[in-house]
Amino acid sequence: METLNILYFAWVREAIGKDGEQIEHPGAEMRIIDLIAMLKEKGAGYAEAFANPEKLRAAIDHAFVPLDCVLGHASELALFPPVTGG
Amino acid sequence: MIEFRVGADDFDAADLIARLEALGGGAVASFTGIVRGDDGLVSMRLDHYPAMTSAQISTLIDKAMERWPLLGVAVIHRVGLLSPGDRIVFVGTASRHRAAALEACGYLIDWLKTSAPFWKKEVFADGTARWVQARAEDDAARDRWG
Repeated sequence: METLNILYFAWVREAIGKDGEQIEHPGAEMRIIDLIAMLKEKGAGYAEAFANPEKLRAAIDHAFVPLDCVLGHASELALFPPVTGG
Repeated sequence: MIEFRVGADDFDAADLIARLEALGGGAVASFTGIVRGDDGLVSMRLDHYPAMTSAQISTLIDKAMERWPLLGVAVIHRVGLLSPGDRIVFVGTASRHRAAALEACGYLIDWLKTSAPFWKKEVFADGTARWVQARAEDDAARDRWG
């Protein structure tokens, strides 16, 4: 079974209450935005974290990608707010 | 000289600058970011995505070195709990001439702020805490580099 590691950072992590999770890979053609819509149904914390997808950013295997990007055979997806370092 | 580091430890900016100065060029530029104590801020916590942070900073340094004739680059970014007055970030560049050193330093800090996966959470004297929001001005500063 192909799996996908999802990592959460900053307020996304706080709302969901965990650093990440491993799920069954939802398929190479699944877009990140559609996966977010599915995750949103998993509970109140998820609903809060994913209430406004336009506030989210994503990275697949350590590279920034737009939310309408498909997962392909990525093994790691990270979901987080816009970055605020420096 | 290429040096980059992400970690909780403080750094010695004077030592980094001295090492950049010793590379034989005529110009060294640097930027040091400090935690401001605005609005009763008592502490700041920096989170990051370790595997991606290193890859992004390394890519940024490569791009700067392709674009400008640099003799050395140092990028240090702290994570964890910081207080007002603490150093957060350092970017230093050395080149034969000032324009390359100054421009590459500006390029690196502007891109670092908008493309390296760090997140700041501020804690205030009244006990409230909030995640810092990304600013459009930072995107604009980055975009001026084309």
